[in-house]
Amino acid sequence: MTQSPELLRRLLRAKDRMDGASHEEWPVHRLAQVSAVSEAHFARSFKDAFGVPPHRYLLTRRIERAIALLCDSDLSITEVAFQTGWKSLGTFGRIFHDITGETPGNLRARERSVLHGREPVPECVVRAAHRPDLKIAVSEKRREKRVERIEPQSTEAI
Amino acid sequence: MTQGINVVGLYVRDQDEALAFYVEKLGFRVHTDVRNGNYRWLTVQHPEQPSFQLGLFKPGPPIHDAATTQTLSEVVAKGAMPPLVLVVDDCRAAYERLSAYGVEFIQEPVDRYGAVDAGFRDPSGNGWKMIEAKPKSESQESK
Repeated sequence: MTQSPELLRRLLRAKDRMDGASHEEWPVHRLAQVSAVSEAHFARSFKDAFGVPPHRYLLTRRIERAIALLCDSDLSITEVAFQTGWKSLGTFGRIFHDITGETPGNLRARERSVLHGREPVPECVVRAAHRPDLKIAVSEKRREKRVERIEPQSTEAI
Repeated sequence: MTQGINVVGLYVRDQDEALAFYVEKLGFRVHTDVRNGNYRWLTVQHPEQPSFQLGLFKPGPPIHDAATTQTLSEVVAKGAMPPLVLVVDDCRAAYERLSAYGVEFIQEPVDRYGAVDAGFRDPSGNGWKMIEAKPKSESQESK
């Protein structure tokens, strides 16, 4: 699969826009417009270029930013949820847990208990390194976890 | 100092386009521009940093085979090359000036750790961070 550098450069522009404002809504038509390609073409070529579909990429950026705010600010968890683009605290908490494996509150408490020496590395690099790796869809991840949870019970039944 | 880095190269999509960007917009000047057939060795330098040259190189023959040329061009256009850092005296002023030239900023100036930084891309997709130099007393002498 080869993609022209000109197309990739335009897709990168859409990715940059999500990076710059991950709290905003980024429906495919808006992203396609930034990249100056058709909607149908956009979603597929974005995934080909960057390995994840655009909505899931946006999700990783939001979670990454939420983690940063939880660690580095005193904002309430509700504030963190709203500032990173979620409309409800419940959805934020659920998806956050699905992706990171812990609740926002737990992550904050755990991070606060360890000392960090982050200063020498540029902040954007640290954040990129902390970005969750979403190789599979969140629903898929949730299902996997459910299977894990069910298995011990089924052996008990036997 | 008797040793140091003299040239570091960037891959760009089009050398004329890159030259126009780095010289006309960022204020670099041409150091060397020589051709040998299709091959063009092109470096620019910052007027205040004469010991360092930034090479603007295009992936392609005779250095790269066709597949490698394609791969490198894709990697650059996807913004996957390592970040570059430009040091400026006043990040917000530089942001205003470069924005007016149409430089594609991907991050507006932000205050972080007592310094201001912004981010932009060159036309090829190479990402730059533009960081305001901290006063020497803080950043240099403490090391």
